[in-house]
Amino acid sequence: MDQKELRELESQCIQEHAPPCTAACPLHVDVRGVLAALVDESFDAARQILVKRLPFPGIIGRICEQPCRGVCNRKDAGEALEIAALERACATFGALASPTRRIPARGKRVAVIGGGLSGAMTALQLTRKAHSVTLFEATERLGGVLWSTPEELLPREVLVAELELALRDVDVRLQHPVAAMDLKTLRTEYDAIYLGVGRSAAGDFDALLVKVDPVTLATPEAGIFAGGRAIAETSSFIGSLGSGHRAAISIDRYLQKASLTASRENEGAYATRLFTSLEGVTPAPAAIPANPALGYTRTEAVAEARRCIQCECMECVKVCSYLQHFGSYPKQYLRQIYNNLSIVMGERHFNILINSCSLCGLCGEVCPEGLNMAPVCRDARQLMVAQKRMPPSAHDFALRDMAFSNSPLAALARQAPGAQRCDYVFFPGCQLDASAPEHVVQVYDHLRKTLPNVGLLLRCCGAPADWAGRHDLFEESIAGFRADYVALGGGTVILACSTCYQMFKTHLPDVPVISLWEIFDAHGLPEHPSLPTPLALAIHDPCTTRYERDVQDSARSVLHTLGCEIEELPFNRERTECCSYGGLMWLANRTLAETVVRRRIAEHPADYVTYCAMCRDFFADQGKPALHLLDLFYERDLPTRATRPSPRFSQRHDNRAWLKRSLLANIWEETMSEAHVAAIPLHLSEIAATRIDRRLILEEDIRKVIGYVESTGNCFRNPDNGHFLAYYKPANVTYWVEYSSAEDGYTIHNAYSHRMEIVVQPKAQEASV
Amino acid sequence: MSMPSPTTAVPWICSRCGAPLTLGKIEIAYLGSAFPVELWHCRDCGLVLIPEDLALGRMVEVEKMLEDK
Repeated sequence: MDQKELRELESQCIQEHAPPCTAACPLHVDVRGVLAALVDESFDAARQILVKRLPFPGIIGRICEQPCRGVCNRKDAGEALEIAALERACATFGALASPTRRIPARGKRVAVIGGGLSGAMTALQLTRKAHSVTLFEATERLGGVLWSTPEELLPREVLVAELELALRDVDVRLQHPVAAMDLKTLRTEYDAIYLGVGRSAAGDFDALLVKVDPVTLATPEAGIFAGGRAIAETSSFIGSLGSGHRAAISIDRYLQKASLTASRENEGAYATRLFTSLEGVTPAPAAIPANPALGYTRTEAVAEARRCIQCECMECVKVCSYLQHFGSYPKQYLRQIYNNLSIVMGERHFNILINSCSLCGLCGEVCPEGLNMAPVCRDARQLMVAQKRMPPSAHDFALRDMAFSNSPLAALARQAPGAQRCDYVFFPGCQLDASAPEHVVQVYDHLRKTLPNVGLLLRCCGAPADWAGRHDLFEESIAGFRADYVALGGGTVILACSTCYQMFKTHLPDVPVISLWEIFDAHGLPEHPSLPTPLALAIHDPCTTRYERDVQDSARSVLHTLGCEIEELPFNRERTECCSYGGLMWLANRTLAETVVRRRIAEHPADYVTYCAMCRDFFADQGKPALHLLDLFYERDLPTRATRPSPRFSQRHDNRAWLKRSLLANIWEETMSEAHVAAIPLHLSEIAATRIDRRLILEEDIRKVIGYVESTGNCFRNPDNGHFLAYYKPANVTYWVEYSSAEDGYTIHNAYSHRMEIVVQPKAQEASV
Repeated sequence: MSMPSPTTAVPWICSRCGAPLTLGKIEIAYLGSAFPVELWHCRDCGLVLIPEDLALGRMVEVEKMLEDK
C-alpha cells in the first residue's frame, strides 16, 4: 500500500464526512456537536460550539432559512430537527464565551463597505484573524435588511446587541456612504476592500459586481471582493453570512499572498456522502414550545435535541465484532495499518489489527461505498511476511496443520478403483477429513455409485497459507494440488468445503469445480434415515459462499428435499457472517474469535445447520447445537450429533491419517507405504486433554518430548510423586511435559510451551542413557 | 526485560544427575534479543527449568512484545 492507494482507500470510508445538516449549511455549523451538548444539558458548551461558525446565534436562530432542515435525516423518521430554534435556545441559555486572547495585529487594513449580515460577517472574521477592519455603513445603523424583518420575530434589542458585541473590535463608521468613485482613494488607504453593499446600492458598483468569481468572490479589480445580496442569485440570511465568510477567507489569503483558489472544494453548502441508516430509529415529532414567541425552554430544547440521531455511517462496524473490537472505524484502521507497515524502528502496535480480520468481506458488502478491509489486511500480511515482520506465533499452528494435511500421512490422490481417468475428483477438504472422516468415506461411496470415474484427492487447499500472507507456502500447496490433479487426469473437482471452493475459483480458475451440494441436488441425495419431523433448522451460510448463490441455493434445496423447515438468519446469503475460522482470526485473536462466535450463535434460537465443518465445530464448541449438512444423511441421533464438540487438534490429525489408511485399505486394497511409526500410548484425563488442546499442543509434540527424554535422559524428577518434567524444542516452540510412566505408555499430567529459547543446554553425558 | 525471580522452591531434582536444583542467572533469547533470568537449574549438568507460570505469564508477554518490535 503506497500513499496514493492509502488515500484512495481512505476516501472510500465516509464515516468522517459531515452530517447532511452541516454540509447543507453555508457556514458548516457543527449541528450534531451542538445538539449532543444540548442533550447533555450543557448550554454553555453548545453555544461555544455554535458560535465558532455562527457568530450571531440570537439573530440567525430566529430567522435562518434552515437549509439544514431540508436534508435532516430525521425528516424520514418523524420530522426534521428544529435546528434554528435550538440555536436560539443556545443563545438564550448559553453563557458567552470569555473573550479569547487577541493575536497581535498583523498590520493589514481592510475596508468593509456595508454593515449588513455579509459585511458584518466579513469584518468579524477578519478581525479574528488579526487584521484591522474599518466598516463603512451608509445608514445610521448596522444590520441592513435585518431591519425589514418583523420586530416580533427579531426583537431589535437582540439585533443591535448581538451585532455590536460581535463587531466590538471593528472600527464602525455609520452614516458613511461609499460610492464607486471613492474606491480608488480607499484602495490607497486599505490593503483590501469588501463590498457588501446589498441590493439597493448595487447599481453604483455594477462594473465590479457583474464579474465576481463565485468561488473566491474576487472582482476583476485586484484586492476588491464582493458578496452578500448584491451578487446572490437567491438571497437568504444564511447565504449572506456564507458569502461574508467566503470573502473573509479570500481576503485573508490575498493579504498573505496565498492562492485564492487552492482547496476550496465544499466550502459552501454541498451534499454530503455520509450515509446514515434509519434502522431502529423510532419516528418522533418535533418538540413544540409552550410559548412560541419565547422559543424553547431549556427542557423543551433538550427534548428536541434528543431527537437528533447523531448521523454517522458505521455500517460495517455495526455488523462486525472485529471492527468493533479495536474501537474505531476503517478510515482510522487504514491509517494505522499503513503506519504499521511503514515503521522502521519501534513497536508495531497494529500487527494484531492486521492479523485479527477474518477476511470475510462482510464490511465490503454493507459499506455504502464498497470499502472491503479483507484485501487490505490480506495484502498487509503478505507485506509483513516479505518484510520479515510477521510475528512468528501468529499463524504457525495453522501452517503446521496444513503441512500435516499435505504430508504423506494424510494426503492422498487416487483414481477410482479400476478407472483409467477421472471425470470427477472428490476433494472433501482437510477440515471435513478432520472433523467427520467417516462421512468422507460415505460420500465417496455415494459419489462412485452416482457418477462415473470419481477420483479422490485428500489434501489442504492452501487457504491457511493464503490467510497467513505466506505466498510461498500457498504456491507450494497449489503446485502440489496441480501435480496430483494432472496425475489423476483432470476432471471436475467436487468440493465439500466452501473455503476450498473460494480458493479454487480465485486461484485455480482453469480447474472446473462444483460444490458437493450441487451434485446432491442435481444427481440425487444419498440414502438416508428419515428425519424427525418437524425438523426446523436455521441455516448458516459459510462466509466463503457470500457471493456463491448457486451453492447457497443448492444447500437449501437439499435441506428442503430432506423435509427440513429452513429458518433464515438475519445475516444470511451475501450478508452472512464468519464463524471466526476465516483469516485465521481464531488463532491470531482468540478472545475476539469467541466474541464473534457467540454473536453469531445468538442470532436465532433454532439449532443451526451449515455446510462447512469448521463453522459447525466452532458453533458447537460455544454451546450452540449445530449440524453439518452431511450429519442429516449419515447420523441417526441428531440431537447428540449437534452437540458433539469439535474433535481436538490431535484427534483431527489422527482422523486425517485414519481416513487415508482406511480408504487405501478398503477401496484400493493398499497398505500405507509410508512407515507408520508405532505411537507411544499416552493417557490423558479429560481435563488435561482439554487444557493441552487449548494450548495448541498436540500429542505428537508430547511424544517428541518423551522420545527426547528416552534418548538423552534429560529431565527433572519429583521424588515425592515420581512425575517427570522435560522439555524439547522440535522447531520454533519449546514444549514442556509433566508425565509419569504407565504400564503401557505414559500418563500425561500437564504440558505447556514457550517460544523463548534457553540458550544454555545441559552438559551432555558421556554415554546417553 | 524483567522476569520475576522464583520465590518458592520447586519439587524437582535433576533426574539424570540426581542433584538438587540451584538458582542462578540463565540466558534466554527470542528473535535476536537475549536476557539473563534467575532460574532453577541442575547444578551439575545445567539442565534449566522453566516453570509453567513463567512460560504462560510474563514470558508470553515478552514474546509478544518482541514479535511486535
